[in-house]
Amino acid sequence: MEKEKHHIVPYRVYFYILLALITMTFMSIGLVHINLGGYSVLGALIFSTIKSTLVLTWFMHLKFDEPFLRIMVVFVILVFAALLFITYLDYFFR
Amino acid sequence: MQTAVPILHEVSYLEYKGKYKGLFSWILSTDHKRIGLMYMYAMMTFFLIGVMLGLAMKLELIAPGRTIMGPQTYNALFTVHGVIMIFMIVIPGLPAVFGNFMLPIMIGAKDVAFPKLNLLSWYIYMTGSILVICSVLFGNGIPDTGWTFYAPYSFKTGTNLLPAIFGAFVLGFASILTGLNFIVTIHRMRCPGMTWLKMPLFAWSLYGTAWIQLLATPVVGITLVLVALERIFGIGVFDPALGGDPVLYQHLFWIYSHPAVYVMILPAMGAISEIIPTFSQKHIFGYKAIVASTIAIAFVGYFVWGHHMFTSGMSGTAQYTFSILTFIVAIPSAIKVFNWISTMHKGSINPDIPFLWAISFIFVFMIGGFSGLVLGALATNVYVHDTAFVVAHFHFIVFGGVGFAFFGAIHYWYPKMFGRMYDKAWAKIGWAFFFVGFLTLYSPMFYLGMMGMPRRYYDYLPEFHAANILSTLGSWVMAFGLLIIIINLFRSAKNGAIAPMNPWNGKTLEWTVPSPPPTENFEDIPVYGEKDGPYEY
Repeated sequence: MEKEKHHIVPYRVYFYILLALITMTFMSIGLVHINLGGYSVLGALIFSTIKSTLVLTWFMHLKFDEPFLRIMVVFVILVFAALLFITYLDYFFR
Repeated sequence: MQTAVPILHEVSYLEYKGKYKGLFSWILSTDHKRIGLMYMYAMMTFFLIGVMLGLAMKLELIAPGRTIMGPQTYNALFTVHGVIMIFMIVIPGLPAVFGNFMLPIMIGAKDVAFPKLNLLSWYIYMTGSILVICSVLFGNGIPDTGWTFYAPYSFKTGTNLLPAIFGAFVLGFASILTGLNFIVTIHRMRCPGMTWLKMPLFAWSLYGTAWIQLLATPVVGITLVLVALERIFGIGVFDPALGGDPVLYQHLFWIYSHPAVYVMILPAMGAISEIIPTFSQKHIFGYKAIVASTIAIAFVGYFVWGHHMFTSGMSGTAQYTFSILTFIVAIPSAIKVFNWISTMHKGSINPDIPFLWAISFIFVFMIGGFSGLVLGALATNVYVHDTAFVVAHFHFIVFGGVGFAFFGAIHYWYPKMFGRMYDKAWAKIGWAFFFVGFLTLYSPMFYLGMMGMPRRYYDYLPEFHAANILSTLGSWVMAFGLLIIIINLFRSAKNGAIAPMNPWNGKTLEWTVPSPPPTENFEDIPVYGEKDGPYEY
C-alpha cells in the first residue's frame, strides 16, 4: 500500500480529452461519407484505437499504473489487431 | 519444503457447520471446495442428459431410414446434445470443478482471490444452463441449428432458439468471471517461495486457460447478441438478404469457439501432467517445455479458427494462412506428449486407475490430434469436411481428451475431495468397458467419413450400415462402462474405505493437507524453499 501514489489530474486535461473524443466520433461519422472502399473500416478502426487509448491512458489511469499492466494491455491490443488482420485476409482477398 | 501442518482438530469442509444448515450451507457457501463440488454435481446431471441424447442418436443410426425418430427430432437432438455438452460441460468442466477445488490448495492459498464472485459465477452458470433447458421444454419446438447457431438459418428457423442463445451468452459470463478469479488468485496468492517456475503444471494450465476465457469469451457473447438482434429486429449484419455477411458470423463464432477448444483441453493436459509424474514416481520431464507449450497453445490457438471454415467461401489467402497456422499449433501439443512419455521412461510405474485413464488419454488424444492434421490440411479438409470424419475427430479430442482427463482427474483427486477410497477393481472394470466402448463407438466414424457419409443426417445409404451398427454397439458398451464408473464413485463417497492423506505419494501441496481438507485448507501457509518443487521425487 505504501507504494501506491495518488495522481490528481486537472479537470482541464479531462475536458480536453472529452473534446478530442467527441471530435473523433464526428470524424468517424464523417468518414462514412467518403468512399474509401475497404479502407473505410481501417480508418474507423484507427479512430477507435486512438479513442480507446485516450480512455485507457487518462480516464482509466493506465498512465500512472505499473509497467506490467501497461504491457498486458498493449499485448491484448496486439492480439486483437492480429485477429482483425487475419480476418481481413479473407475480406480483402475474397 | 515446510509442509503444511495437518489441522487435525479442525473439521473438514464437508462437515463444517457454518452460518447455514442443510442445502443452504452449500448454495450460500463461498468455500472454493464446496463450489467446485456444486459445479461437479450440476455437470454430472447435465452430462447424463447429454449422454442419453447421444445414445438416442446412435440408436436412430442403427439402421438406414427412420428407426426411432424423424429428421426434425434428430436435428433437435444433435443441437441440444451439442449445446449441453459444449457450453455446459466441456468448456467449464475441469476449471470449474478441479480448478475451483484444487487450485487454491495447490498454490498454498486459503481460497480464491474473490470467493463471493466465485459463488456468483456458479449462480450465473446455473442460470445459463436452466435457460438452455428451457429452450427444450417451452416454446415452438426444440432448437435445430446445431450447437454452432450458424447464420442465416439461426434467424430463419421457427424453433425456440432465443433461450438457447441467451443461455450460451449467460454461460459466457460465468466463464469470464472464473477466468478473472483464477488469474488474480495465481498472481497474488501463491505461497511464499512458490515462484512461477515452481508452480504445479495444473495451475499453469488453468492460468493459460483463464486468459483465453477472459479475452475470447466476450467475442462469442457479442456475436450471439447480434444473432438475437438479427432474429428480432432484422438489423442486417449477418443476413445476406439485408446486405449482411453470414461468413462474418462464422468468423466471429470461431474466433471464440476455436480457442474454446483449448479452454477444454489445456486443463485436461494439466491434470494429465499431474497424474503421470505421480504414478511414475519421477520428476516431470521438461517442466519448462510443458509450461512454454501451455502458453504457446493458449496464444497460437487464437489464430487458427479459420480451419473450421475452409468450405465457407473464404478467400484462398485466408485459407492457406489458417492451414499453416493450424500446423503450428500441433507442435506444442506434440511437445507435451513427448514429455509425458519421457516422464514415464525408467519411472517406477504404479499402474493404478488414474494412470490407466492418463495413458488412455494419451492414446485417444494422439488419434484425435493426428486426424486433426487431416482436417488442418487444406486439400484433405475439403474432402472430409462436414462428414462423420469430423464427428470422430471432434469426439476423440473433446470426449476422448477432456472426458478421459476428467475421469482420470476425478479418480486421482477423489480421495482428497471426499476423504474416501473408491473400489479399485470396479473402477478398472468400468474404465475397460468405457475405453473399449469409446473406440468401438467413434473409430468407425473415421471410416464412414472417408467413405463420404455426411454428418447431421438421420438417414444414410445402405453401404454405411455395417459400420453404423458397430458404432451403435460401441455406444452401449461405453454407456455400460460409464454406469459402472458413476455407481462406484457415488457409492464410495459414503461407503468407501477412509482415504489416507497421500494415497498416491504425490508431491504437490494438496497431498500435505488432510483428506478431505479442512475449511481453510492450511493452518499455516506453507513456504517453498529454494530446492523445493512440485515434482521432487
